Amino acid sequence: MTTAHNSFLGQDYLEVRDLTVDFDGFKAISGVDVNFLQGRLHFLIGPNGAGKTTLVDALTGLVHGTGTAEFRGQNLLAMKSHKIVRLGIGRTFQTATVFEQLTVLQNLDIAAGLHRKAAGLLLARRKVPESVEQALETIGLTALAHRPAGILAHGQKQWLEVGMLLVQDAKVMFLDETVAGMSAEEREETGDLLKRIVGDRTIVVIEHDMEFMRRYADFVTVMHGGKVLAEGTVAEVQADATVQEVYLGTVTEVAADA
Amino acid sequence: MTTTSITDAGPNKFSPAYLLKTYGALIGIAVVAVVLLVWAPSSLSTFRLGNLGKYCAWALAAVGIGLAWGRGGMLVMGQGVFFGLGGYAMAMHMKLEAAGPGNVPDFMVLYGNGTMPGWWGPFRSGAFTLFAIIALPVVVSFILGYAILKRRVKGAYFAILTQALAVAFSTLLIATIKQTGGFNGLNTFTKVFGQNMYDPAVKKDLYLVAAALLILCMLVAWQLYRSRYGELLVATRDAEERIRFLGYDPANIKLVAFVVAAVMASIGGALFAPLAGIISPSNVDATASILLLAGVALGGRAGLFGAALGAIAVGYGQSTLSEQFPTQWTYFQGALFIVVMLFLPGGIASLWKKISAALPKRSAKPEVAGAGATSTTVPEVVA
Repeated sequence: MTTAHNSFLGQDYLEVRDLTVDFDGFKAISGVDVNFLQGRLHFLIGPNGAGKTTLVDALTGLVHGTGTAEFRGQNLLAMKSHKIVRLGIGRTFQTATVFEQLTVLQNLDIAAGLHRKAAGLLLARRKVPESVEQALETIGLTALAHRPAGILAHGQKQWLEVGMLLVQDAKVMFLDETVAGMSAEEREETGDLLKRIVGDRTIVVIEHDMEFMRRYADFVTVMHGGKVLAEGTVAEVQADATVQEVYLGTVTEVAADA
Repeated sequence: MTTTSITDAGPNKFSPAYLLKTYGALIGIAVVAVVLLVWAPSSLSTFRLGNLGKYCAWALAAVGIGLAWGRGGMLVMGQGVFFGLGGYAMAMHMKLEAAGPGNVPDFMVLYGNGTMPGWWGPFRSGAFTLFAIIALPVVVSFILGYAILKRRVKGAYFAILTQALAVAFSTLLIATIKQTGGFNGLNTFTKVFGQNMYDPAVKKDLYLVAAALLILCMLVAWQLYRSRYGELLVATRDAEERIRFLGYDPANIKLVAFVVAAVMASIGGALFAPLAGIISPSNVDATASILLLAGVALGGRAGLFGAALGAIAVGYGQSTLSEQFPTQWTYFQGALFIVVMLFLPGGIASLWKKISAALPKRSAKPEVAGAGATSTTVPEVVA
């Protein structure tokens, strides 16, 4: 595999080995090896049905997978979803699922609560926790803090989800098609937001938008038919003949754009 | 984009609207307290007061249902079980008081061989009985809730399972006539904690205890609704899977509401037994459980007042209508239930919201229901 980014290698990385997800005989993912390293925006691309979302589902306890996925010395495949989150791995879903009846602030406060003592839950919130305030600032929703999340625009809901990952202090963030359905400006704001927050985190973005990928990806893993097809920088992946074959016109179009 | 709302930087802590939203419910509880604790005892006859006490006992269970169902999304159709645990614990104590020290309750002589089962023994002690009224529902609801909720049983399956528990409980009671009085239940009490039950002053005190405990449980519910836990519970109700990915186990969150609801039902049952002078399987079976639920559904399940006042109203309607129209009153009740469910799925408490939504708006600020304590209800379907 490509190791051009060894310089990024930190302590907190997620190592997936021989991951297979079997749905009653249909192998949605078979024998996937992939490393998610710290400090970079790692894009996961591939045609529909390539197994991108299934990979994330397996790593977050939503579907059962075999193999190993090691993070901080623990095998994620043997853990329950909420324990995986407590270990520092967060995710979003293809459709934004914020709590529509709660305010933006309440949404973030709930997300920030996983490290809170149970007894403290019986009290009402007196002041806004610092982490929540910071997250509001980072995702640019401070002005809407007391609005119900249900009235937010599509892009704002996705940002709120990113904010919820921030306050729960996720070290690995899986973002499933976060910019889908966003306007060009919203995409740009989202990309810049991700660049700002990546720091020592690992951000894994599932994406169909090649333009967005080309612009923001530090590293790309291409999946096809439940397997890893190619890995590397944007340039490396775009130059890969097998990738071009899978995408047919798509990649060459993007290359022509550039 | 919601450009109009950018200017809204948050609630002003001292604005009347904010204070009303935050503490309005307390004023409401205070009004209920004055009506129940001051007005009613001075205006109603002992008989009516006793009836109102029974409604308060049902309302106690209803406040718990409001928490579990309205806020937690768990359609608890078997609260009669917990109502019964408290009711029977109290009734056993009163039965032993009536029998006198060393003697066994009358029905055991009548139906059995006059020996008392060992587990009746501790209920001679008033202190143990009070302890059991709280501890029994905690233990039972924790075990049941843990088994049901950890297996992610929800929606209709949860409702059916809890309903089945109520059926099983009443069947068990009926089958054990020598130990529990069977179909007749436990009745003909004479004393409650050493006080003569036929003394009107004692009856009044019993009522006052029921009303005061109802107010107390409403305050507990108010605090739970406005707490972080309350927000978490609503979030779990609305998107249980999402909560999992915020690092919480939704089963634990729901379990707390389920246990609290069970304790409230048990306290209600414990007061019902002396106020009604009887506790029998028909007070705790599936039908009784559904009637407890009916009050909450009519009043409005998500709000603090809908549940309590709905239960009192259903209780009142039941006895008033049954006095005036002995044969037709069930039809009245059924029709009312259908009309409310059809036109006000959020219960009568949501009527105010409907009216205010229909009136022309004075300010441009859209008022949207949050999860705060005072928001009565937002209609949503419980699967």
